[in-house]
Amino acid sequence: MTTPSVSVDRDRVIALLRAWIDPVARSEGRAWLDEKRRAIADGAPAWQFFTAFSSVPRHLGKDDLRLTEADLAEADAACPGWQPQAWSVDQAGRTLLVLALPQADADAFVHTLDRVFETADVGESVALYQSLPLLPFPPRFRQRAAEGIRTNMTSVFNAIALRNPYPRTWLDEGAWNQMVLKAVFVGSPLHQIDGLDERANPRLAAMLVDYAHERWAAHRSVTPELWRPVGPFAEGVVLDDLARVLRSDSAAERQAAALALAASPDPRAAEVLAAEAPDLREAVRSGALTWSTLAVPTRPG
Amino acid sequence: MIFIDPHIHMVSRTTDDYEKMRAHGVVAVIEPAFWLGQPRTTVGSFKDYFSSIVGWERFRAAQFGIRHYCTIGLNPKEANNERLAEEVMELLPLYACKEGVVAIGEIGYDDQTDAEDRYFRRQLELAKELDMLVLIHTPHRDKKKGTLRSMDVCAEHGLDPARVIIDHNNEETVADVLDRGFWTAFTIYPGTKMGNERMVEIVKQYGTERIFINSAADWGKSDPLGVPKTARLMLQRGLPEADVRAVCYANALAAYGQSGQIREEDWLDPEPIDQRQLYMGNTILRGGADPLVEAPEEDERLIIE
Repeated sequence: MTTPSVSVDRDRVIALLRAWIDPVARSEGRAWLDEKRRAIADGAPAWQFFTAFSSVPRHLGKDDLRLTEADLAEADAACPGWQPQAWSVDQAGRTLLVLALPQADADAFVHTLDRVFETADVGESVALYQSLPLLPFPPRFRQRAAEGIRTNMTSVFNAIALRNPYPRTWLDEGAWNQMVLKAVFVGSPLHQIDGLDERANPRLAAMLVDYAHERWAAHRSVTPELWRPVGPFAEGVVLDDLARVLRSDSAAERQAAALALAASPDPRAAEVLAAEAPDLREAVRSGALTWSTLAVPTRPG
Repeated sequence: MIFIDPHIHMVSRTTDDYEKMRAHGVVAVIEPAFWLGQPRTTVGSFKDYFSSIVGWERFRAAQFGIRHYCTIGLNPKEANNERLAEEVMELLPLYACKEGVVAIGEIGYDDQTDAEDRYFRRQLELAKELDMLVLIHTPHRDKKKGTLRSMDVCAEHGLDPARVIIDHNNEETVADVLDRGFWTAFTIYPGTKMGNERMVEIVKQYGTERIFINSAADWGKSDPLGVPKTARLMLQRGLPEADVRAVCYANALAAYGQSGQIREEDWLDPEPIDQRQLYMGNTILRGGADPLVEAPEEDERLIIE
């Protein structure tokens, strides 16, 4: 893929993270953090970075950050797509330590990050994957992000897949598609995936439809959100699948099918929708029904 | 009643074990770094093992509503592979300060060789430098001598006995270990270590101060319900509930709680971030743990010999 252009205002990111820590952590902890950031920036030996990175919760605690709508708007301005509403203070502290590492030598920076990724505990892994969109040399972490998607730890998977703009910008189509399919598979909310609509593609749509067939064959249901990236590529026999979902007992599934049909480029889609569910067609047309209003379960975080 | 199993090798256990442990009231486990059945030949195997016990195993335990902690160390058996041991020593500082690492351990003696002695002492120094607790494995063979020697070496290196747990004690070692002020742990392990009827007698004779039990269940024929079963047996044989609580829960918490890395709130009232990361909205433990003393299933024998 071509090199995307994203502008991350890293100085602003650092200033925001540091300011958000103030009301949550005690002053001794903040002083400890600032001293470690200085030492790491001045080229302290690697082990100092590793032990400081591990020790963050001992000094800052693990409370959630208390972010306002204005804070989130600032986050998005500093790094497009960054949504830190579920970040905790230790995650902010760990990200600041990573961003304190010298960045003059890309290889050295990536090497240090590789070591800390490879030896990370659950909390550290989550913090590291969450911080990916904020790091310098983003293309160097494509393999790492793809590796993160292969994890069996749901919390680690969610750290990269949900509310994180890194995959949208940097993953190739294969890795992106695996991520979305796995999110469906492990029950993560698709609407929290940044770029879900923009990066929808025909191969992903086909994979999702196959997955739905597999689940139906086993008499299991699929999340209504599955149909969101399918809609823009739904043609031919896929419309029959959507017609079937339109007759579901579940209101959310019927709504999802209507939204997907409304997004389909196939002229027959409009006919199916008009014939089977004129009320839903009207709701889509009026804007009363959107993917954001769809009643789907949300996980915490 | 709720229990802690402060020594168990969950990497070798199945999800059925986790389910049973939780159903019998186990709320937290400590997984000491130890040897696996197969000797390791490269440092990468150690690295991945240490990563497992701070990562994947912690996550796996949490799915069953059990909090998972660990100790990090170079075990005495593999200390005899000196080329490898040197490389493992370099890894330890990378893991020792991680969240939920409650001690340096299991360290100590196996065959009581010179190499074992050397790496035992170096890890005691590391524990002092990092201000960490120590978990000591006492040898299966020549146990009494090995236990006394372990305590002598701790004293020689200036460790405070109140910050050292001596594990796998028996009738022959208990008096010395208690007298010298160390935490005195017993392993209920069928065949080789303690049986739980013997354990009841030990508590009757020595009381409960600084005494606690574990299962050390691993890849051998062992019992992950060693702690809850022994608790039940103790109650049946007339020990007061407060004593059972001390030996099967509170003393282990007091000993390892000194690390600051294990707190009762972790399972009674977990932080929101841990609920998201570890429990995924699982509500088993929120709002206080219900007392659980359940009858063992019919196919489970209460006595461990």
